[in-house]
Amino acid sequence: MTGAAPGRPVAGATPSPVPAPHRSAQRSGGRAAVALVVLGAAALLLFALTVSTGSVVIGPARTLSALLGVGSPDPRLDLLVTDLRVPRAVTAALAGAALGTAGLLTQTLFRNPLAEPYVLGVSAGAGLGVALITTLGTAAGAAAFATGGLGAAPVPGGRLGMVGAAAIGAALVLGLVLLLSRFARSATALLLIGVMLGSAITAVVSLLLVWTDPDTAQQYLMWGLGSVSGVARSELPVLGVIVAGGLLAVLLLAKPLDGLLLGDDYARTAGVDVARVRLGVLVVAAVLAGTVTAFCGPIGFLGIAVPHLARIAVGTSRHRVLIPATTLTGAVVGLACAIVAHPPGVGAVVPLNVVTSLVGAPVVIAVLLRSRRLGGGAW
Amino acid sequence: MTGLVLSGLTVGYRAEGALRRGRAATVLSGVDAVAGRGELTVLLGPNGAGKSTLLRTLAGLQPALGGSVALDGGDLLALRAPDRARRVGVVLTDRPDPGLLTGRDVVELGRLPHTGAGGVLGPADDAAVDTAIDAVRAGPLAGRPLARLSDGERQRMMVARALAQQPSLLLLDEPSAFLDVAARVALLGLLRRLAREQDLCVLLSTHDLELALRLADRAWLLDGAGGIVTGTPDELAACGAIGAAFDTDELVFDPGSGTFLLRAGAGA
Repeated sequence: MTGAAPGRPVAGATPSPVPAPHRSAQRSGGRAAVALVVLGAAALLLFALTVSTGSVVIGPARTLSALLGVGSPDPRLDLLVTDLRVPRAVTAALAGAALGTAGLLTQTLFRNPLAEPYVLGVSAGAGLGVALITTLGTAAGAAAFATGGLGAAPVPGGRLGMVGAAAIGAALVLGLVLLLSRFARSATALLLIGVMLGSAITAVVSLLLVWTDPDTAQQYLMWGLGSVSGVARSELPVLGVIVAGGLLAVLLLAKPLDGLLLGDDYARTAGVDVARVRLGVLVVAAVLAGTVTAFCGPIGFLGIAVPHLARIAVGTSRHRVLIPATTLTGAVVGLACAIVAHPPGVGAVVPLNVVTSLVGAPVVIAVLLRSRRLGGGAW
Repeated sequence: MTGLVLSGLTVGYRAEGALRRGRAATVLSGVDAVAGRGELTVLLGPNGAGKSTLLRTLAGLQPALGGSVALDGGDLLALRAPDRARRVGVVLTDRPDPGLLTGRDVVELGRLPHTGAGGVLGPADDAAVDTAIDAVRAGPLAGRPLARLSDGERQRMMVARALAQQPSLLLLDEPSAFLDVAARVALLGLLRRLAREQDLCVLLSTHDLELALRLADRAWLLDGAGGIVTGTPDELAACGAIGAAFDTDELVFDPGSGTFLLRAGAGA
């Protein structure tokens, strides 16, 4: 499995002659180790690019001095770097890593190359939370206006209220999926239940939006476009800690996830407690995806496309290698999309979901064509 | 005794799932049978006789409804899943599609019950994997992606994966269902050799009646009506049990040659 697929994140990067640092990679020819090193380097490079580009291009020296607080201070640029650019870059990397890794979990669990964390219904749940709180805000504002108040209180609790509502919505849907998973006899049934649940919730959201005023609907639509720029510096620790915890939990799941590659029955005969692993995978994937969705809105395609790019990069489905590769690929793709969404020297912003869809759709199409050629054998 | 001993084993489907309570179905009841170490035992019977249900129960994929099973004197049904995985290796009919795994990667999955939480293979695990791959003569295939192997080669890898678990009992549910004739003969011969060489108790279900009777040390015959007859292939042929289970209007089993013959006066 070599060759460059469209949208390959490390295109043009020459494999560096770094020796394999651990034995599993040595066995698979060191290719995985090289890929991991290249992906890590690409992530660092893109992080620096994300910080220095945008409506105003800031040189590397200026960026460093702003970050380290040395040299002549330039309050305006320093503030731009520390309060806007760095949070945006960190958020983009975390969002890509979290969604990509959650996507890998769902693809392995459901043994379906088109599965992504949002099939669990968490984005629909988060959307319902946001739709409820925005429409509630409008209703409260209207009531205040009617009683002679000032009105126009857009969202109760402001941005934090929106994040909280999205998180609660995602958590409630997760609980429902977990409840139903106790009765689902196969992973495929669970997958379809998640899809159906998502459709039902989306229908409720549509109803709420139709009944509300256009301004509120607009607000919801803006959230739905996704953004990594809205996360304030003070919110970063919360996002960072949850995502880091989730990613660590995924590493602990590497062994049973490998067991699932041959199917549930083979996993059971190898001593894997499939029901418990399924529960763990569902919770971790939903927490990762739900948290990112709460902070950034639903970001499409990263969950599907990133694991495929990572498989192309390392050439194996073994999770001990594929999990770190997917996390790094997710960070790389997330940062790249953030750069494109804020084109250098242009004031305009391209909605994040427009970028991820334009990058992700070709990747998924390429994967489908490729896997068909190989008789469905290789994703 | 060593090997597998079934005593009054009842298998079937318990009422399961939210919307289907109260519907249990017994497939086989009161099964008594033995399969020895170092022997190839074949499980025969028409479709729907309960071969898969019996094997899946022994493999721990579904609970037994009654009776007991002993493996080398210990209670097999009471084992926890990880312990059972170190004693019982299983090969299933289906063709798994594991994505980007080489043959060796798949065999290494057989070490899952032996490795720690991290799943890191030690020298002993590597040795067990090498031994398993050599045992099925699959050395040249080990480095190739599983998806690129033929069905027969793939099934040999799945046997190697089961061997890497270092089991004393090897269960195979119609392992030759998707294979062509040459691969079927090769697989059954391989299993007979493995039983001898590694002192394994090998139990497999198959529809290759004539081949199985020729190679097996022992046969369990399900008659399709809930009954089971066990014995050596010769005994089963001589007592007419095979004919009773498989004869049709046109074909009749000939105990002397171990093959089916056209019934005298039929068709032609």
